[in-house]
Parts: sequence; structure tokens; C-alpha cells
Amino acid sequence: MPTDVARPQGFFFDRFGLTEGALERVLGTAAARRADDADLYFEFRTVETASLEEGLVKRASKSVSQGVGVRVLAGEKTGYAHTDEISLERLELAAQSARHIADDGGGSSAVTAAAGGGAHDLYAVARPPIETPLVDKVALLNRIDITARRYDRRISNVLASVGCEERLVLIMRADGRVVGDVRPLLHASVTCIAEDGGVRQSGTHGGGGRVPFTWLLDEDRIVGFVNEAARQAILNLEASPAPAGTMTVVLGPGWPGILLHEAIGHGLEGDFNRKRVSAFTDRIGTQVASPLCTVVDDGTIPSRRGSLNVDDEGTPTGRNVLIERGVLRGYLQDRLNASLMKTAPTGNGRRESFAHIPMPRMTNTFMLAGESAPEDIIRSVDQGLYAVSFGGGQVDITSGKFVFSASEAYLIEGGRVTRPVKGATLIGNGPDVLTRISMVGHDLALDAGVGTCGKDGQSVPVGVGLPTCRIDGLTVGGTAV
Amino acid sequence: MSAGVRPSVHDLDDIVAAILDRATAAGATAADAVAVESDSESVGVRCGAVERVSEARQKRVGLRVFVGRCSAVVSSADLSVDSLARLAADAVAFARVTAPDPHAALPDPEDIIGRVPDLQLYDDAIMHVPTDKKIALAMEAEQAALGADAAITNSEGAEFSGTSARITYGSSHGFAGRYSSSRFSLQVVPVASRNGSMQRDYWYTAGRRFDQLDSPAAVGAEAARRTLRRLGARKVGTCKVPVIFDPESAATLLGHLAGAVSGSAIYRGTSFLRGKLGLPIAVPSLHVYDDGTIPSALGSKPFDGEGVATRKTAVIEQGILQSYLLDSYAARKLGLHTTGNAARGVGDTPGAAPTNLMLRPGTTSPEAMIASVDQGLYVTEFIGYGVNMITGDYSRGAAGLWIDKGELVHPVEEITIAGNLLDMFRDIEMIGNDLVPRSSIIAPSLKIGRMTVAGA
Repeated sequence: MPTDVARPQGFFFDRFGLTEGALERVLGTAAARRADDADLYFEFRTVETASLEEGLVKRASKSVSQGVGVRVLAGEKTGYAHTDEISLERLELAAQSARHIADDGGGSSAVTAAAGGGAHDLYAVARPPIETPLVDKVALLNRIDITARRYDRRISNVLASVGCEERLVLIMRADGRVVGDVRPLLHASVTCIAEDGGVRQSGTHGGGGRVPFTWLLDEDRIVGFVNEAARQAILNLEASPAPAGTMTVVLGPGWPGILLHEAIGHGLEGDFNRKRVSAFTDRIGTQVASPLCTVVDDGTIPSRRGSLNVDDEGTPTGRNVLIERGVLRGYLQDRLNASLMKTAPTGNGRRESFAHIPMPRMTNTFMLAGESAPEDIIRSVDQGLYAVSFGGGQVDITSGKFVFSASEAYLIEGGRVTRPVKGATLIGNGPDVLTRISMVGHDLALDAGVGTCGKDGQSVPVGVGLPTCRIDGLTVGGTAV
Repeated sequence: MSAGVRPSVHDLDDIVAAILDRATAAGATAADAVAVESDSESVGVRCGAVERVSEARQKRVGLRVFVGRCSAVVSSADLSVDSLARLAADAVAFARVTAPDPHAALPDPEDIIGRVPDLQLYDDAIMHVPTDKKIALAMEAEQAALGADAAITNSEGAEFSGTSARITYGSSHGFAGRYSSSRFSLQVVPVASRNGSMQRDYWYTAGRRFDQLDSPAAVGAEAARRTLRRLGARKVGTCKVPVIFDPESAATLLGHLAGAVSGSAIYRGTSFLRGKLGLPIAVPSLHVYDDGTIPSALGSKPFDGEGVATRKTAVIEQGILQSYLLDSYAARKLGLHTTGNAARGVGDTPGAAPTNLMLRPGTTSPEAMIASVDQGLYVTEFIGYGVNMITGDYSRGAAGLWIDKGELVHPVEEITIAGNLLDMFRDIEMIGNDLVPRSSIIAPSLKIGRMTVAGA
């Protein structure tokens, strides 16, 4: 069974006394002027988190949010009104507010609802993580603390959290399409503080996805996360200052894929290209990367944090090739920008919540595997930096400049990984960094499920992935000259 | 059952009273609650046409309960009577699962504010500026930017937004207080291009009162000036040089300081300023204050997220760390007293954050500061978040202007600047006289003696 509309529709209709006919009328109101499109987005979200510090699970919280957003599109204009009071009266008012941007004289608009089958069923879980009792999550946090402190006596504090949510979504569009989705999400994060002779450092790891709570226990994943965080904290105690200047950089597999997210992903979002403010504007069909690089954005990978059955406008997600053997192939689109650019939506119209307007956003963005052995890539570098873990990153899509900050990195000297160096920020230019990729490993890995992307004040969960890559010339922002 | 027939509680004071009652009934030994209602409207224009009009209304309640020394937090936008009861029961059930924490408690009753002062945070112009006027202001600001120079060729648009909020806080100490606030803002993001390369920058104005805003023409002109000066930017060679932070950039250093003096970072050991109370951490000319009581200021509020009166706190005086910023829990952990800095999202556990944080201006003009540098960098923008709060290690992407023999000569980009925050605070050579209250964290220009610039 593809994306099931029955559960979210039943939930919203029962809880708030809505009917299909009433919503058809609201959409009719919204689209009554000279509107090109309109939609209603209902959301009910429950979030639960528990966290530990100093060996105690001190905090637990639960939050329930609900609301509806009414959107009207006319040309390049968007009218949007949202409320967390879901009632027909408020919906009708919101529809009237949202349609202000459309010109008068369209006449009435009749909408007939029809269930739109989604294309995917990527995260059906027998028991959603939100239904696992809090005591089990508390027990996991206590286990994290014990595991981390056992790793090394220099681990002086452990900060850990387990969070999960369930989001019910119902989307109804002016074309009559009605789509629902039930989205589970689980996330665990561990930060270890290490202390030795007055030096303090930290290491962080974690993971998650659209998976049941037991995913954290399967294959001892949580132990792996804890050991990783502890290892990184201890390692950083011995790290020396990072070098400064332009040098060869080798990125490890997995989370370093944040490079793709910042360097090219944002610049390929449809809104920036329609407005001609992206450094990638008008570059479809041109060489923007080395022929070794094929980059895709794929929202259809089962159970991944960045995956969705349908995007937040009801379009099924897809596997979209952004760069094929170095040539720019496509942009990421939502309905508005696809329509204005006379192309098809790509299933990338996402929003943080009912209180936000959809925009083109990434899902899971990664580079396909190449042919080099990772050890050969390292061996090929005489002097450089090997960066395997990162904090956050950011991009200026207009100038194309992007940064991402290493949290675990080493010097490469004479073809060998030698000393660990302190986190340094790496800065480059999006349109040319991938042209400097001279080797791509066969070891593609996706991240563990930790990414959150911010754009225009909206946060959405995303994934990234990368095989080991050699970049010939990236600026490393350390202090050692 | 339909929403139309489910009884709901509407008035914020009633919501707070109702949920505190339910919490006590469910077994909470103490509790506090905050209810927030907000209305906002924002308009976006781009290239002379309306691009977006959005309107929002939200109302939420958050509840923190204590069962002995165990606690939990819940929040909801569902304000029906049965939902509030369920929420309170959930909170108590959650608290029973958490570990007892000897420091978990409400603030002491004597710390709770008495009379709530009127800090003039609300301007009823928020009700009277019509949508068309907001559109006109955004259009005027964008036009001022687009018309400033032929090199301004595009725009990411201009936005005007207005938000009003009403907040009620109450606790099982029997206290309930309320206040209203408003916020207006206008921002413009022009795009300039020359010889095939593009740059964007922005400028903004914001205030509690409509009449505090800068004119749209001034905002647009400044946005254009900032964007144009970036055209033709290039890398510079890797070097160690003096770095001048413009006021916006200097304010980001205060932001890092705020994170480092937050009570939770101190007791968790995640701050490079742990153990530094009473010690010199900066040059003697550095003074930093947090003050939540400034009338009509963007970071002001009469009481914090735990009902404690806000105040003026000296964080750094004469370079010496005088105080952390504390909520009641962090204060109790550290054997100190709350500073009234509990910030609280409706659904979050309170945690310390600054109100209005400012660095006291010095006497040097920014021109004199630039003139004092032979070779160096004038930073106007950062990109990325490369700050390690545990060690103070600092490495951020930056853009700005190169200084050659005391003059700004060309724009610079694709570089990083790196150092350590503690070393940087101790290496402040000049403090500017150009403090302007533009936001809730403000600083004048600062000159730091030597940092590593990584480039070509």
C-alpha cells in the first residue's frame, strides 16, 4: 500500500470536525480569485525527548503542535495564512487572507477532492518510536552514560539525548489531490567531555532515521555511537593546532558529504536559480565538477532521516541526478518554482511545519562511489589534511563561497596519516571545488542520520553521503602558519 | 467529536491557572506555566512586485512540573479542557520517570518579581499599520537599494514584518504576571554583479516601536553600500595580521561570550570560561553588561521565564569576569544566585540567555582604528559556525576589506580567520566609539592585535 491517506484524514476529520465537502469549499474560497494554485496543509506533531547529563536523566519533555497553513499562488506571488486553531471558521478566514495576493475577477472555483496515491512506503514501522515507553528511553540514556565512562577514565561528563516524533500530515490541493503521510523520526545524540591535566575537549556522535526505537539497539548501534563520541573526545585532547592555508584535502566517507550539501546543493535549489541569484544560475549542461563526480539527491531511500514518501506539497519524492559525470543536470524544485521555470516538480518542496511556506530543499544528497581504494587516495598525498568528521557548514549561494568545520582531522605527511589536528574550518568556492576532485573512493557511505538543514529560518531533517575524495586545493583555516 | 463543541480555554491567564490546577490535581508538588499568544504579518516584495504576504496566529501553553525533585516539561497548542488535563497528567507521569535531582526546583519565592514594571515593549501601531503600508515600506527600501547604483542588478527582496505577543507566566508559588510586546522589522537583500561575478549583502532595521525604525531609504541605501563594496573580492595570502571587527561582526563575539557565561555551559564544563569567575579574561578596558530593563529595547522583558525580575548585570568590568548569566537551576548548581536570565521557549526547560547584551564603547573612531593598521583585515561578515566553546578555539569563514597602509583598499573573500577567544579578548587593542542599539546584542568596532588569516 503506498502512502496512506486514510489515517491522517480520519484523524483530522474526527478531531476537528472537518469534512471533505467543507475543505473543498475552503479551497474554493482560497482559489476564488485569479489564483494559479492553492493548498491546505494540516499537521499534528508530537515530539518527545529525554536527556541526560552528570549521570542523571534530568529532563523529559513532550510537545504537541497542531495547525493548518493555507497557501494561494498567483504568478510569482504567494499568499499564506496559518493558524494553530483548526476550525472551519479559522480556515475560512485564513483562506480569505491568503487570497489577498491574487487579483479579483477569477470567478468561483470548484474543487473536487480525490485521494492521490503516493509513490512510496518508505518508513512503515510496526511500532513508531513515539509509542515506546519513556522508561525504555531513560534506560538507554543510563546505558549510554555507563558505556561512555567505561571507555576511558578521562571522560568526565556525558551529555546525551534521545528524541522522537510523529508527524501526521494531510495535504489538499486545488487540483483536488489529497495526500497524507505519517512520519516517524528518531534521533540519539551523545557528547563526551574528556578532561586531562586541565585540557578539556569534546566529541559528539549520534544517529537516527525514520525507524523504530529498537533500531538504536540493533547491531549495538548505540554502543557504536557512544564509542565514537568518546574516541573523538580523547583524540582531540592530543590534537595540535591545524595548519592554515590552501592545501590538498582528503575527505573521509559519510558525513563529510556535507561538502556537497553546502558547496552545490543549496546553489541548485530552484528558487535561487529562478531568481537568478545563485552562483549556478544558467549553468545546466555545463561542466561544474570533475568527470569523476556524479551527485544525486534521493528522497526515496527507505528509513533515512532525509527521506519522505511525499514532499510537503504532496509530490512523491524522487531520485534526482544533480551532476552526472561532472555535468550539471538539474535543479531541485517545488511546485511554484517548477511551474515558473516551466519544468516538473522534483519532490523537493519542503517546509518546517504548517507555520512555514514550502521551498525547494534537499533530502539525502550524496556522491556516487568511484573506483579508487581509500588507502590509495591517502597514499597519493604528500602534504595535506585528512578530515573525517565535521560540525556544521554554511554557504553564500550568491558568491558561491561555502564553509564547513572539521571536528576530527589529521595531517597527511608523505602519504601517511600522522598527527590529529584541532578542528579547522574549510572554505571554498562552490562552482569550482568539485572540479578539483581528482580521486573518488569506492567506499560511499551515508551519514548516521544526524543532519538538520536551515534555510530562511526553516529547519528540516536531511541526509548526506560521500565516498573518500581527494580535493586538490581547499583553504584550511587553522592557526599554524 | 468536533472541535466546535469541545470546550476550550481562551484567556491566557485562565489557561495558566487551569493547567496549574490540573498539574496539582495530577500529583505535582510544584509547577510553573507560560502561555504565549502571538499574531504576525509579514510581506515580501522582490524587484518591485509583491512576492509574499503571510499572516500567522499562534497560541501555546508550556508546563513544567516537579514531583519532589523530579521534573518534566510539556507543551501544547491544543487548549481544549480535556487536552489540558491530559497534558498535566503526561507531565507528572514523565516527571516520575526522570531521576531525582537535588537542585531541581522553582526559583525561591522571594526571587519572584512583585509589581511588573511597564518597559514600553508594546506599540499599538502593530494593530494599525495596514498591509498596504507594509508593502509600501518594503518597496521603498528595495527601490532605494536597486536605484543606488547600476551595478545593483537584482534583488532577493525586501521584507517588512510585524509581530505582537502576549505572555502570561504563573506558578504554584501563587504568582502570575503578564506583559505584551511588539516587534517591527524591515530588511533588504540586494544583489550586485560585475564582470560575471555576483555578491549579495543585506541591511535591516528593527524595533519594539514603529517609530524606532530607520527610514526605508536609509536601510536600502546601506544595503546597497554593503553589497557594492564586496564586488571584485579576492583571496589574500595566508598571514598573521591585525583584524578589525565592524560593529555587526564584533557583536558575534559577544554572542560567543554569552554562550560561554551561560550557567549551564559552566556547570556542564562545556565553556572555556569555567572557573574564571573573578579573574581577568580580557583587556582592562573591556566592560560588558546585560540589561533586561532598558525601555523599548529588543531584548528587554520585565521578568524572565521563571517569573524572576530582569536586571542589569555586569558580566565583565575592567576585563574581569564579574558574573555568569544564570537561571535558578544553574545558580543553585553553582552555589550562586539567579541573575534573572532564564529564557524559556514554551516547550523548553528554562536556560540562561542574555537579554540586552552590550559592550561599553571606547573612544576610538572606526576611521582612526583603520588608520592604525599597516596591513590587516577589516571583517564585515562571517560564514559558518567554527567555534569550539569548550576550548575557545575559533576558526570562521569571513569576508571583508583589506587594509593597506591605513586604508581600505579591496574586498576580500574565501578566507578564514582563526585564533582562540580568550586570546582574542586579551588582545583587543582598540574599542570603537560607534555603538548603535540595533539589536539585542551590540558592540562597537573592535581591533584585535593579531589573528591568523588563511587564504591562498
